Amino acid sequence: MATQYEAGVSRRDIANIRATRDAKTTIFKRARPGETAIQTFLIFCGVLSVFTTLGIVYVLGSEALLFFGSGAVDLVEFFTAPRWQPQAGEFGIMPLISATLMTTIFAMLVAIPLGLGAAIYLAEYAPERLRATLKPILEILAGIPTVVYGYFALTFMTPLLRAIFGQNTVSIYNVASAGLVMGIMILPTIASMSEDAISAVPRNLREASYGLGATRLETTLKVVLPAALSGVIAAFLVGISRAVGETMIVALAAGAGPCILYGANSNCFQPFGAAETMTGHIVRISGGDLSYNSIDYNSLFAIGLTLFVFTLILNLISRYITNRFREAYQ
Amino acid sequence: MATVIDSSDNKSFMPDEAAFKRGLAGRQTRGRVWQIFFVASIVIALLALLALFFNVVNSSFGLVASTFQVDPDSIVEGGDFAAASTEELAAAIVRLRENPAKVLVRDISAVPTNEFTTRPLNDVLAGRTVPEGLGELTINELTPEQLTSVVAANVSRDVLLTYIADDLVGEDVLETFPLIDSLFNRGTIEAFVLEEFGGEEENIEVYFRSWLRPSFIVTKQSSDPIATGVSTALLGTVWIVGITVLVAFPIGVGAAIYLEEYSTPNNKWANRFARLVETNIRNLAGVPSIIYGLLGLAIFVRALVDITSGSFLGFEGNGRTILSASLTMALLVLPVIIINAQEAIRAVPPSIREASYGLGATKWQTIWRQVLPAGMPGILTGTILGMSRAIGETAPLVVIGASTAIFVDPNGPFSSFTALPIQIYQWTARPQPEFRAVAAAAIIVLLVLLLLLNATAIFLRQYFRRKLQG
Repeated sequence: MATQYEAGVSRRDIANIRATRDAKTTIFKRARPGETAIQTFLIFCGVLSVFTTLGIVYVLGSEALLFFGSGAVDLVEFFTAPRWQPQAGEFGIMPLISATLMTTIFAMLVAIPLGLGAAIYLAEYAPERLRATLKPILEILAGIPTVVYGYFALTFMTPLLRAIFGQNTVSIYNVASAGLVMGIMILPTIASMSEDAISAVPRNLREASYGLGATRLETTLKVVLPAALSGVIAAFLVGISRAVGETMIVALAAGAGPCILYGANSNCFQPFGAAETMTGHIVRISGGDLSYNSIDYNSLFAIGLTLFVFTLILNLISRYITNRFREAYQ
Repeated sequence: MATVIDSSDNKSFMPDEAAFKRGLAGRQTRGRVWQIFFVASIVIALLALLALFFNVVNSSFGLVASTFQVDPDSIVEGGDFAAASTEELAAAIVRLRENPAKVLVRDISAVPTNEFTTRPLNDVLAGRTVPEGLGELTINELTPEQLTSVVAANVSRDVLLTYIADDLVGEDVLETFPLIDSLFNRGTIEAFVLEEFGGEEENIEVYFRSWLRPSFIVTKQSSDPIATGVSTALLGTVWIVGITVLVAFPIGVGAAIYLEEYSTPNNKWANRFARLVETNIRNLAGVPSIIYGLLGLAIFVRALVDITSGSFLGFEGNGRTILSASLTMALLVLPVIIINAQEAIRAVPPSIREASYGLGATKWQTIWRQVLPAGMPGILTGTILGMSRAIGETAPLVVIGASTAIFVDPNGPFSSFTALPIQIYQWTARPQPEFRAVAAAAIIVLLVLLLLLNATAIFLRQYFRRKLQG
């Protein structure tokens, strides 16, 4: 039939088909100013996010340049000086970074084992019903505002630590309390992301392992977990990034006033002592009376830039790992 | 080749039965031990959540030991002055503190302070209610009954109540006690208070106080923990979140539509650009909130001060306004809204779009009438997630300079403001225990607000789903 039809197509038919097609194209290409305007608006919405990033980089960069250009501090001093005391003209960011490092380590000591443990339990052990109840509860934990965790750290964790380790050992504001509560705050993030990664491991890997006589634990630790490793590590990195950028818990519970890194009276790296983190310092200084264009004001942006670079690197690595290894088992 | 297994070789890698069984028992024990650890992880997380709620509730209610200048139960007959009429309140104030009662009248009078006591009431209260027959007298010539009638006729009940609560009663909290102790150790607490303060203070009363009370929610902020409330902060939060959503919702959904519906033309550069935008949004979602605070401080508070302070409309003040806070928050929650809206739009089946195109609809008609309604449950969920984040975020607001010493409710986008989480932060940071109790009560208000919001999200999701199906 088809060939017969083709054979019977005349020139006029072809012309007709062409005409119809052209007519269609004209309809399709008719200018629709409304549609164009809407599309322009939508593109603008997308572009706005790029401008936000540019804005962040520009603001942090330009104010930090003013800070370094003021002559009060050079880059080497910024990264090596043992003290951060703006009144005395000393701007060494290391004490602030060391405190951030301390709280982050404490947070990860809580969040990584417990978050991963919770994820493994939810993905591999928990019956479906229990899992359906537990996941929303963990989400509640993730949805509580950080200032509430700060209150919790100051009024619950600190007294608890002081009761355990002694009033003299543990000061009222201390790094350990802030870090541990931060760990509880980040736990659900790590648990949820790791659980997604573990659940995404294909079933046949588990079945093969069981078939070889492995126990559930052996299957989980030696087969499933290695397969989900990229996702799990990405979760850890996101957790670390959140800990580094977390503000209100450290502002309330970790203490005011940067520690001294080395030299006389050096007091960094004391888990039960007070130390101010990068974020804690920004909040405390900007919450007070701050005059624009002062060196104090500019220094906040230099700290902010350092913080931004830290978290950006962590997030980029995390995203790289997720994307790079995403389809390894599919 | 490994395909042929010599039976004599088996022994080298297969354990004999006894060894296998011994090993198996060990392996199973190890499994049980680890399982206990996995369960413990979840249990610890749940316990932490419980401890957090318990801790907040434990501080929001409980016994307090206070001293009073005037016993609050003796102010009006029947004891409860909050329920008394304006006349009774005025009479009580005149009876207990005659001069302050006159000051209350002076506060509403238009005459200069130094002439207040020498001019007749007709002048002092020009344009207001002067009780009959008193117009020619000065305020110092009135009998207490006449003064009461003047006060009752002119000063509002709220002002009288505030005066009684703040100044007349003069409650001063000596000590607060947590709920659990208050319930089970009341005797010990009373003995402790008597021993500790009994010798030096008069009018001590130990009573059960719920720091979270209806008046706490509707009262303006005050520097006195007994009299303070969260209405100022609550309104600040509502204003901020409201404007944030107004700004972030259309832009966020717009960006999501662009990325999902418009970004896959055959144009290589357009495609690359969309990829860039997408990566960028994912990275923005991971930027710490305090960085947004710095951005808002430099851009909205300082650079755009003419707009955010409202001076282009004739308002006065600096850039530390609700508008600045809202715009900062909008940037902060945009990634959340965009990512969730993208997922919702992606989940709309292509068949719906194709059917719409097939009927001759344009691209925008298809999106507006088919894709968006179908994706609305997911989009709303994402928006409410963003709102929850905006309600709880504290750091950016502190950085852009929310003022905590605000005692008047905000009344527009150009007001200076405080917000619930900022108030919680400030109250928690104070050393006095009564402010901790106030902070705990404010936390409950904040958590209830979040709960209501999430309940709304679930309700809206169900509503839209039913509408789509029906």
